[in-house]
Order: sequence, then C-alpha cells, then structure tokens
Amino acid sequence: MSTRTIQGQKNLQDITTGSKDGIGGSPLRPDGTLKVKGEFAYSSDMWHEDMLWGMALRSPHPRANILSVDISEALRTPGVYAVLTHEDIPGTKFYGLEIQDQPALAIDKVRYHGEAIALVAADHPETARRAVKKIKVEYEVLTPITTEEQALNPEVHGYVHEPHEYKSHGSGNICHSQRLVFGQGVTDEVKALADVVVKGEYEVGMQDQAFLGPESGLAVPAEDGGIDLYVATQWLHVDRQQMAPVLGLPEEKVRLTLAGVGGAFGGREDLSMQIHASLLAQRTGKPVKIVYARDESFFGHVHRHPAKMSYEHGATRDGKLVYSDVRLVLDGGAYASASPAVVGNAASLGNGPYNIPNVRMEAIALYTNNPSCGAMRGFGAVQACFGYETQMDRLAAELGMDPVELRQLNAMSEGDRLPTGQQIDSPAPVAELLRRVKDMPLPPPLDLANLDIRELPGALSNTSHGEGIVRGIGYSVGIKNVGFSEGFDDYSTARVRLEVIGGEPVAMVHTAMAEVGQGGITVHAQIARTELGVEQVTIHPANTEVGSAGSTSASRQTYMTGGAVKLAAEAVKQALIEKGRKRYGWTQTDLDLVGGKVVSAAQGSLVSMVDLLGDEAIDLTREHHHRPTEAFDKVTGQGFGHVQYTFCANRAVVDVDVELGLVKVVELTAAQDVGKALNPLSVVGQIQGGCTQALGLAVMEEIIVKDGKVRNASFTDYLIPTILDVPPIPVDVLELPDPNAPYGLRGVGEAPTVSATPSIVAAIRQATGIALNRIPVRPEHITGTL
Amino acid sequence: MRVTFTANGKPVEADDVWEGESLLYVLRERVGLPGSKNACEQGECGSCTVYLDGTPVCSCLVAAGQVQDREVRTVEGLTEESGELGLVQQSFIDAGAVQCGFCTPGLLVQTDALLERSPQPSDTDIREALSGNLCRCTGYEKIMDAVRLASARKCQKAGAAE
Repeated sequence: MSTRTIQGQKNLQDITTGSKDGIGGSPLRPDGTLKVKGEFAYSSDMWHEDMLWGMALRSPHPRANILSVDISEALRTPGVYAVLTHEDIPGTKFYGLEIQDQPALAIDKVRYHGEAIALVAADHPETARRAVKKIKVEYEVLTPITTEEQALNPEVHGYVHEPHEYKSHGSGNICHSQRLVFGQGVTDEVKALADVVVKGEYEVGMQDQAFLGPESGLAVPAEDGGIDLYVATQWLHVDRQQMAPVLGLPEEKVRLTLAGVGGAFGGREDLSMQIHASLLAQRTGKPVKIVYARDESFFGHVHRHPAKMSYEHGATRDGKLVYSDVRLVLDGGAYASASPAVVGNAASLGNGPYNIPNVRMEAIALYTNNPSCGAMRGFGAVQACFGYETQMDRLAAELGMDPVELRQLNAMSEGDRLPTGQQIDSPAPVAELLRRVKDMPLPPPLDLANLDIRELPGALSNTSHGEGIVRGIGYSVGIKNVGFSEGFDDYSTARVRLEVIGGEPVAMVHTAMAEVGQGGITVHAQIARTELGVEQVTIHPANTEVGSAGSTSASRQTYMTGGAVKLAAEAVKQALIEKGRKRYGWTQTDLDLVGGKVVSAAQGSLVSMVDLLGDEAIDLTREHHHRPTEAFDKVTGQGFGHVQYTFCANRAVVDVDVELGLVKVVELTAAQDVGKALNPLSVVGQIQGGCTQALGLAVMEEIIVKDGKVRNASFTDYLIPTILDVPPIPVDVLELPDPNAPYGLRGVGEAPTVSATPSIVAAIRQATGIALNRIPVRPEHITGTL
Repeated sequence: MRVTFTANGKPVEADDVWEGESLLYVLRERVGLPGSKNACEQGECGSCTVYLDGTPVCSCLVAAGQVQDREVRTVEGLTEESGELGLVQQSFIDAGAVQCGFCTPGLLVQTDALLERSPQPSDTDIREALSGNLCRCTGYEKIMDAVRLASARKCQKAGAAE
C-alpha cells in the first residue's frame, strides 16, 4: 500500500454549488463534477494509512447446527491481525430493523446460505480471503425449511427460530400477518352480486436490488474508545442505533459519516458490513475496510420478497367490481428485516387503485431458511400489482371490455376510500394517467424490410431476421404509499446556516440524509435558493452530528428532508428579517428574500443580505414530521395508515420471438402524478430508472434459490437490464399538488417500479396468448418447453 | 513484483504487487487512481473500463503484470490538463446521465472510445457499444441523451476546427 498517495476521505467535504435555479428548475448535480472526474469518494474508495482489510466467513448451508469453530490456523496466517466469532462480541449479539432476531455473527446455528460466522482482518484482501478458508467449522447439516407448506407445519419440519429464542416472535414460522376486511368482506350474499368471477394464482420470483457499488466502508477506532465509520447506507441513525449495543458502546461514541453511495434501492436499509468492520477495528486498534465482492453482496443484503398470491375478483356484467378475495404469501427468509412493514403495505395496497366495495385480504410473511428478504423499491406493492393487474386484464377479456376502459371504470379518485377505510384527501388521477399513456403516440410498426436486426429480440445474437416475431401492447397502473406508515413517527432534521463568504451570501445545508444517487442534495440546494434568495449553496457531508433524517426509502426524502430544509430555511429567513426590523425599524409585512436582498413587495429592495448579515451567521435546525398516521387494526386492517399516495400508469409495446421465447421491449411509456416537480430532470430520471427495474422483474431478474441455496450470486448469472434491453421510456409528468405536502410534492421514485412490470407481461400475453402467471417471464414459459 | 507503466501520461510504479492482483486493484489501491470502480470483478458490469494502449478493457480482468511498460488511460485521464472537464464528461452531467454515478467512469471511457471511432453513431450503434456497461439507476435514457449530446458537440467542435 505504500505507493498510494491519496486518501479517499479527503473528498468527504463540503460541496459548494452555484446556480440561479430554485425549485422547478433543473440545476446540475452538485456532486456531478466529482463523479465524472472519478474523484467522488464512494465507500469502497475509503482509505487510511495502515488500514487492514476485513472479510467474513459465510455458511455454505442454509440450515445447520454449528458444532465447533476452529480459528487457530487462520490466526497463525502471516498478515492476519484478528479472527473473531460471536464469542468476541462485546455487547448484545442480536440486531434488526423491527425485530432483533439476527445475530451479528452466527451462534450455534446458521439459518441461511451465506450467513456470516466469523471475521478476519488482514493486511491484504487476498490474505484475508485465504485466512477465511482456513477457519474450520463443523456442521450438523439439517433439512432446510424452504416452502410455505413446510413453514406452516412446524411440528413436522421445525422452526427457523425456536419460539423461546426471542420474545417478539410471531406464531409458528409466521413472521407477521395482516388481515383486512372492507365493506361486507366476501360473503355468499356479496358473491351473489357478481355476474363474472375470475380467479388466479400468481407467483413473483426473488428480485435483487443489484446496486452497482458493493457494500463497503471504513471503520476507524477513535481515541475515546469509540468508532468512526465511513459507510454507504440509507439511514445513518438507524445503523448507529443497531450497531452501538452490539459494539458495547453508547450511541454518541459511534459516529457515522456517509461515504459515497453507489445506488441502494432498499438493499442498504439493513446492516451489512457496519458491525463487522467496527468489531475488527475495535479488536485490532487499526482502521479496517470491508468491500464486498459481488457474490458476497448477494449474500450480504436482503432481497425483494418472492410471493405466491391468490386473487379472486367478482364484477357485474357492465364491469363494476363487486368484491375481491386475496391471499398474499411473502417469503421473508431467515430474518425479519422489514417484513412486518412490507406485509402492511402488501395488505393495504394489494387491491390496487380501484374502488372495490367488498374486500377480504390476508397477507403473511414467513420465516424460512431462504435468503432474508426486506426492503426493495416498491416495498410490498410490487408483487401485489402483478396480481391485481393481471386480474384486471383477465376480467376485461372475460367481459369483452377494453382493459383500459375497465380500469378507468373502477379507478379511484380523490375522496374515495381505500380498503383500509382511509379517504384519499389529495388528487388521485388514476383514470387520467391511463388516458395519458393510451393517448401517447405508438412507435412505428415493425418494418421487416427496413430493419436493423440488432433491434429484434435477441438483438446482437443474430437469432432472427424477423420471422416468428409478434408485437403486443399492454397497460397497467399502480399505487404506492409515500413515507413510513402505520403510526411510525416519521421525521427528518435539517440545519441551515446563512453567512457571508467572499462578499456573497451563502447558505449551508447540513442533514443526515443519505444521497444514494436520487438527487436529494440537488433539491436541497434548490430549496435553500428558493427560500433564501441566494445562489451559492454549500452541502455539508451527511453524518450523525445532526439529527436523524430517516431513511432514503419509501419515496420519502424529498418530502421529509426536503420539508425539513424548507422549515429550517424559512426560520433562517424570518430571523434575518427580524434582525432587519430591529436595526431599521421596518414595519412592512410583505418582506421576502430575493436575489441576495431583503425585498418589500410594495417598495422593492430594502437592504442587501450581505450588509444586513455582516460578520454574523444565522444557523438554525428544524425537524419536519409528517402528519400522524395510525396502525392498521390487526383483524380488520382498517386505519389511517399512510400519509400520501402516488400513482403511475404504463403502456408497454413488446416484440416477442414466439419460436425462441425471446422478448424485446420496444417502448415503455409512463405517466405519473408527482404533485410538483421540484427538479424535472431528476423526476424523469427517477421514473425511467424505476421503469427499468420493473422491466428487469418482468423478463429477467431472479435470484434462483434451490433447497435454500443461492445459485446465481454474480452479474454473470443474475441478469439486470443492459442498454440493449431497455427501450425508449417516454414520460408524461402530471403536477397536481397535494395540499398536505411541502410545495405540493408527491414522492416519485417507487411508483413506476410498482406499476410497469404488469404492462410488460400484459404485452407479452397479448402477443402470445399465453397466461403467464409467474414473473420473471422466461423463454421457456413462452415456448412452452418448461 | 514491481510493475511500471504509464497512467494518464505519467510514469507510475507499484511495488510488492502480488501476482494475482488485477490492474484495477493496482490502480485503485496502489497508484492513487480510484476513479475506476469495482462492482463485479467478472468483466460483466464495465464499471472498471480503462484504455489499455488505446483499447477499452475491463481492468478487473487484466492481470497487473500484463501492463508492464504499457499505457493506461483512466477516467481521471479524460479531464483536460487545465482541470476542465472533457466533452464526454460535461455531456453526461448536462444530460442528467449521472445519478449514483458508480457506472459513470466506465461509461465515460467506453463512450469516449465509441466517439473516437464513430463520431456520429446511430442509436443502435450506441446501444451496441455500451451494452457491456451496466447502469442500475438511470434506465439508460439519459445516457443515450448524453452520448447524442457529446456526439453533436464533438462534431460541432470538429466543424469549427476545419
């Protein structure tokens, strides 16, 4: 390492950006220049003089008792500084987001393929890798619990967690369940009102977040006995809250700073290497860096819940929905992670953006010995959307109706009630969004005479010259909640400082928000400019020195931390104006900050902010809480559970090679209501990115798990869409303000990932006439060679 | 072993290089050029793309010893000597093609190489050329915009120079 001359940490510094663009504009990203120069310090770029490399030994078995662990040979390896097992943990041994059921290092047993058992710190990653292989573990291998049938029969197949193992365990292997009854539920009387009934069983495979920047970070032991951790995460404070008890430290001695994050999509909500690197740093007294290889990344984070769903819808002959009867079974894997909240979302949103007078629903998450599942973009709403949208198409076919018309006929709008009983109190333009995608111009029809064959399914593989290609079109719409739900006190904190630097007023914004690529820091600068009338804004690195920002998930950060920045900036503005009132005796009530000046609407400029501020800085911190929500009733599922809803509609055009089963999405259109586009360029980017992950789920992305073992933990075998797989994605952005949200905005990032998948499958179905009740759709499903 | 090569026009040397180390590891951990990213170590994602003697390669698949006395150009080398951003770099920022940015260094090198050999590529040419570079954030639409923008700027610049 001696020739390395720079330290990654040098880039974890203030980033100053200047622009005239406030909200509604599209200024360039403050971190963009560093990123295109290769100078942006991602968590895997962290470096420290004299640092060690950490690595974990992971279980090859999904379920086994650990009989013994022998670390002696690994410890003797030259270059190895420490080898740790659960016995070396100074504090509590378990952690978890909602239920503390996950050991930081396995104790006595392993519950999933890839569970961490021991840790090594060494002077070179290869030394660590070799030492890991020298740890000898003796296992008693057990038959894993991997199916719903096994999990629901613990007397026969056993428990993933023995009931005595921790207090908050559900019943049997059920991690969490939520029932819901709306209207009269599903009774014989209700069923008799339906002229047409469609029933379907649907299945969703296990999708991975597959962010490009692997889990990584650097833990540095501090002189006060604490730990300084530089890490890529989605929520610094909840990491700290889970880490400190395990490290045996008070929270104030565990200090986290956000290092550059290479994508997240929910996969960084749970801890990965945070505790491991910190334990090794505590033990060795040296900085320890851990960077996951791609296979370890697949083992080291939770995935999207695979689901088995049963849907029954009844409707009148003219297409009005009468009832729905739904059961959703989500495989939560070995540890709870966010499963309880995912279940709540699936149950409350699992009937889609439709008015259905009578609903019965049950959603459960199971404990199994499959990989743990938790948060991923769309969070419980994605799986259900594939179910209810497939049902809508089938119902339309049954009734001989246009599928878009059927959806519009039943679409909810402002003032309607969800099956949870909650009234929608902001715009819900479901029918309008469907109309918009339907009205957008279609791509030109397939013209075999003038075609570049690289544009056909199979693309560059030269598998077809157009024979056997059929085109289909499909539609879908989805609903997603914004922010944390079910009574959670969701809040965010922001500190805004205004001072004169270099003869100019400069605003500084300091939050603990994880910028994971979504562009939150760009928006924060825009908000500060809008509220304070300045051009220069400095973004301070996110860390635990300021209050919690909550998670960068649930499409909540622009709403929540953006809202906090707005509140803090408004407070700074009022303080500055107050200062002017005291100094100059202003009595006007129409004062504002514009263009670096204090301005009266009637009288124009009064004084420059530079003159008014002088050498003083105004520095204020504010918290933004969204209005309270409440828990769903356990039995009926009723309650004001969500703070905001967001809707997206899609149209997919696909070409299918019916002989080879290959699919090429030709175009994927999206229409979404964003309330107010704070940054139109970013909004469109989020919608296109969200649609692309939905495309991945529709036709290629799945972690293959067989008997509890992961079979494709690499980018060679787990396929995410390339630029050849992704078509043009025209986006129509609607802005109908939500009166309850800052600036009227609506969360953006997740809705397209919820809604777009079914449109693609519907288009393949239209092209082929095959039912396709499981995603991802594979070539063998289309050719019938399964 | 000791490996000496040229990185972005400057001679560099790395000592105590283990035979199994990749060019990517040497660039990132030994010679202070962490711009190239490591996301898969299998040549599947393209995040580590660098020029090796003028040809784009996945530096994770190149053994460090293979670059002895050869020329490497990384994303850091796309910035002008003056510190000004290169045309492709600026186009990616302007088009909104950078989100988390982890794929960006590899895409920049690959795009630079594409426009060197084909200044006005068709959309299908662009897709073919960039199909070895995964991006998980953008949906690629803004990347397409960025490459088209860079192509237009490059042609405009060439036209002005004539």
